[in-house]
Amino acid sequence: MNDNGDIREEQVADAAGGVEGVPPAAAETGPAPKLDIRNLDFYYGNHQALKDINLKIPEKQVMAFIGPSGCGKSTLLRTFNRIYSLYPNQRAEGEIWLDGQNILSKDVDVNLLRAKVGMVFQKPAPFPMSVFDNIAFGIRLYERLPKADMEERVERALKRAALWDEVKDKLHKSGAALSGGQQQRLCIARAIAVKPEVILLDEPTSALDPISTARIEELVMELSEDYTIVIVTHNMQQAARISDRTAFMYLGEIIEEGETDQIFTAPREEKTQAYITGRFG
Amino acid sequence: MNLYARRKFINAFNLTASVLTTLFGLFFLAWILWVLFARGFAGLDLSLFTQDMPGPGSEGGGLRNAIVGSLLITLAGILLGAPVGILSGIYLSEYGRGTWLAATVRFVSDILLSAPSIVIGVFVYAIMVAPLGGFSGWAGAVALAIIALPVILRTTEDMMLLVPDTMREAAAALGAPRWKVILSVVLRAARSGVLTGVLLAVARIAGETAPLLFTALNNQFFSLDMSKPMANLPVTIFNFAMGPYDNWHDLAWAGSLLITLVVLGLNVITRAFLRGKKQ
Repeated sequence: MNDNGDIREEQVADAAGGVEGVPPAAAETGPAPKLDIRNLDFYYGNHQALKDINLKIPEKQVMAFIGPSGCGKSTLLRTFNRIYSLYPNQRAEGEIWLDGQNILSKDVDVNLLRAKVGMVFQKPAPFPMSVFDNIAFGIRLYERLPKADMEERVERALKRAALWDEVKDKLHKSGAALSGGQQQRLCIARAIAVKPEVILLDEPTSALDPISTARIEELVMELSEDYTIVIVTHNMQQAARISDRTAFMYLGEIIEEGETDQIFTAPREEKTQAYITGRFG
Repeated sequence: MNLYARRKFINAFNLTASVLTTLFGLFFLAWILWVLFARGFAGLDLSLFTQDMPGPGSEGGGLRNAIVGSLLITLAGILLGAPVGILSGIYLSEYGRGTWLAATVRFVSDILLSAPSIVIGVFVYAIMVAPLGGFSGWAGAVALAIIALPVILRTTEDMMLLVPDTMREAAAALGAPRWKVILSVVLRAARSGVLTGVLLAVARIAGETAPLLFTALNNQFFSLDMSKPMANLPVTIFNFAMGPYDNWHDLAWAGSLLITLVVLGLNVITRAFLRGKKQ
């Protein structure tokens, strides 16, 4: 995070005064971060979507990315498991360190990386198979388990995702037959069944009703005891409710990052202030 | 006439015109079906399935050898065409997106889809029948496979493309390798559509005449040997309809009805199948 003010000056002339010079709180010393992003740039073809991102994500906490649509928060999230590399015209430059390994380097096996860094998407995408097989699909990629062990693993994942009681009688029905909120919890169960260390959530509740949303939020806070969680949300209240730290992004840069309470009650940057009070975005 | 009345008039005129043209088209379809049923039902009895085709001047007879021949050639044609078509469809929708090779394959396949079937018959004659020195059931199967190929290829591609990319991303995000994402998730989601494409291709090739005329030819006798000329319904209908004998004409009508019923049945099954999947 440095001199990001002048790049944006033209686009947001009125707000440009207050953004210069103040480095965000990312440099606080503490336990080693789970993810350490250094000088990350991201491109869709020739369009640069992320500009010189530097960020440390602490272990077993919830980190939220907020910001207006198109600010690059999902793009940033999608670099952590290199899911962007499915598309040939997208590329990332810089470094992302996870447990002492730069995951952007060429010799990293993306499939093993994705076993370690799970992801849940905006739209629930249950696979065209039974509830049981939806969970077992991921496990079978890495382990060959006897039937009883597999059943236990599936049950544990469903319980962890607070879905077991609702689906225990329809394990062999299609996953697509569940409600939207149940489908999303199924996707979370599917992700944690492969025992990841980091879980990425890309606007996981934006397609859900308030009750389902509340259940997912509760679940995310619970899961942060065991997992490092990064969540993208367009809902500031959600970030305030569930995250330990929040990063505010705008036009492909991180404007400010810090403790969630500090970001929402005493933002250092004028632009953060403007966004969280609803003056733009 | 004010504007509103004018608009109502134009609407009424267009509605009437489109209903009339639809009825005009349907009229001929119904006429064909009616004639087929009226003339074909007379010959549709058990002997049609138990007796082989009659020689010139002999009485009665059936179409057993032609029915069996058609089944064999069509089955072999689909078994040859479906794997190639499905695999190329998968290539187009999954691996080849945006590449010049995929664009070329799609373009050539579209040309093949509308190529006159007699051209394909002559082509197989040139590459198989002439060099191998004889008409054969296999040559007929190859010709039918070439006709089925673009139908299956295009349906497979379209059905796989209907599967949202979020599904591919979700599977890849679990660490599944690409082939596994495609086979276990995408193809699985698209399987009823892909199967529909195969069934439609069966319906398409079951009644093809021209390609068989140059390849499988025909055979008056019962034969299961695909390396020899083989009896089949379309060519038999063609020959018998042109022949001078009344029992040949009756059998031609019965054979036509039989093919029509099979094609009709396949279409109904695929529609019911797709509808069941949607709900």
